[in-house]
Amino acid sequence: MGSSIPASAPADAGVPALTAPRTSRARRTRWMALAGGVFVLVLVVVAVAAPVIAPYDPIRQSLRGRLSAPTLAGADGKAHLLGTDHLGRDVLSRAIYGARVSLLVGLAAVVVGGIVGASLGLLAGFRGGWTDSIIMTLADAQLAFPFILLAIGIIAVLGPSFPTLIVVIGLSGWVTYARVLRSQVLVLRSREFVDAIHALGGSVARVIARHILPNVLSSLVVIATLELARAIVLEATLSFLGLGVQPPTPSWGGMVHEGREYLDSAWWISTAPGIVLMLTSIIVSRTGDWLRDLLDPTLRGE
Amino acid sequence: MRGLLPFLGHRLFRALIALWLVSTVVFVVMRLSGDPVPLLLPPDAPRSEIFRVRAELGLDRPLPVQYAVFLGNVLRGDFGRSIHFRQPALQVVLGYLPATLQLGLTAFLLAALVALPIGVISAVRRNSLVDQTAMGLALVGQSAPTFFIGILLILVVSLNLGLLPTSGRETWRHLVLPALTLGAFAMASIARLTRSAVLEVLRADYVRTARAKGVAETLVIVKHTLKNAAVPIVTITGLQFGTLLGGAVVTETVFAWPGMGRLAIQSIYNRDYPIVQCTVFLSALLFIVINFCIDLIYGLLDPRVRSS
Repeated sequence: MGSSIPASAPADAGVPALTAPRTSRARRTRWMALAGGVFVLVLVVVAVAAPVIAPYDPIRQSLRGRLSAPTLAGADGKAHLLGTDHLGRDVLSRAIYGARVSLLVGLAAVVVGGIVGASLGLLAGFRGGWTDSIIMTLADAQLAFPFILLAIGIIAVLGPSFPTLIVVIGLSGWVTYARVLRSQVLVLRSREFVDAIHALGGSVARVIARHILPNVLSSLVVIATLELARAIVLEATLSFLGLGVQPPTPSWGGMVHEGREYLDSAWWISTAPGIVLMLTSIIVSRTGDWLRDLLDPTLRGE
Repeated sequence: MRGLLPFLGHRLFRALIALWLVSTVVFVVMRLSGDPVPLLLPPDAPRSEIFRVRAELGLDRPLPVQYAVFLGNVLRGDFGRSIHFRQPALQVVLGYLPATLQLGLTAFLLAALVALPIGVISAVRRNSLVDQTAMGLALVGQSAPTFFIGILLILVVSLNLGLLPTSGRETWRHLVLPALTLGAFAMASIARLTRSAVLEVLRADYVRTARAKGVAETLVIVKHTLKNAAVPIVTITGLQFGTLLGGAVVTETVFAWPGMGRLAIQSIYNRDYPIVQCTVFLSALLFIVINFCIDLIYGLLDPRVRSS
């Protein structure tokens, strides 16, 4: 440290690696982000192709094959690589189908939160004044208390369903998108070329599409990835509490809940889906971190 | 002290808006859910009885009037009567508050006492085995779902090793696993942020000067580094306490801890909406009050934040 030769500056000093990464650390981050992306892709494929990949019907019960430990030849003469649950359903097949719920709710919630957040952020930035104050006060207020409590209250009354889950989880994450878009609008509005576009008769939509979105695209990708991890965990948490996806539809959180009573005799019912969920959450959120280091180090600390 | 009052005023305004929002959402959701009267009466109740109860609850009045009455009731702490407990909702919920506070405070103290030294050691011994292990664990702690951390602890510590009880609230031994589960996220966050706060200060010129003039390394760290890293650490640690309360719902359900969170979930199953409403509102209030106190401490400690 303290060297005056610029070439020896540490790689982790927050230098954006927008072009080709020059240091081994940046190169590694790029590979990790890529690996994370591949993981999400694999998860999507597993979810879509669940009927082909899953060895058995995830909701078919079997009284003879109940609570079977992971085995290649169970009491019903079939292989259950991750065992069976208290109703004799194959845990592996249920975990595979569970990816559908996690990804469907997770991705849809990210889209809902992104659209609401981005629109409100653009609105706040362009209109300014009262509109801006109201939207930003709402954002502050939402961050001022734990949203999961309100989510629980809302779902308790409206009843759990896919649309309710997606809207509630989506709305719980609009604030970050709104802030990023708003600040980008404020930066651009002070530039002369925006006035020039207006003077030449260009529309607001054109400014958004040609100048704002390209500038915030990498930030949006980073936020969306981090939000995906949060949405998947929130869905699983709500399902674990009995407020998410309802049985017999398999979801990771719901499966952990079902296995809770059998922890001392049949540990695999809870642990198998729980570990899949934990790995998914860790990998997706780390991918978000890597993408941030790679694309947009300014978001650090948000 | 200049600037402190406007800063606090702004924060107080934000807190009041948040509380107003929570109560409004609660009101809207309750009205969306449809007529609560059939829940209160036997299915064969005569129409006259239904109308009588509707009038009694004020449901026959226009919505804006209902909303005003609702806000008035919330201000007076009147959340209606619990259908299940046959008592005022607030009274029931307050009875469950001490268990939640006990769990929350223990989890918070545990998290802070473990995470602060780990964060400092990780920063001082940067890139050592201790640092890498601790930060790896912290990343897991930050992204693993709370409920599954609880399930894993029950499986390993209670069922396999037989060290601690799985659920309930009797002795201090019942408190260990829930506190660890609830504190895991805060512990991970505090450790990571303490590390980066200390690293930041270690890079500062005055630390280099202290080292250059031959001050003993321990003294450099204790006197020059920790003192200056304290402000961000205190804030971050404090903020974690509020966030931690949100996780209490999950932890209490996993460990059958008889607190407000578990009461809320059970009341949802019982369709006891006055209790649900009251727990949501009271938790939000608690969270907001705690955050406000932290802002106050922060504003006193660090004059720079007042201007922002």
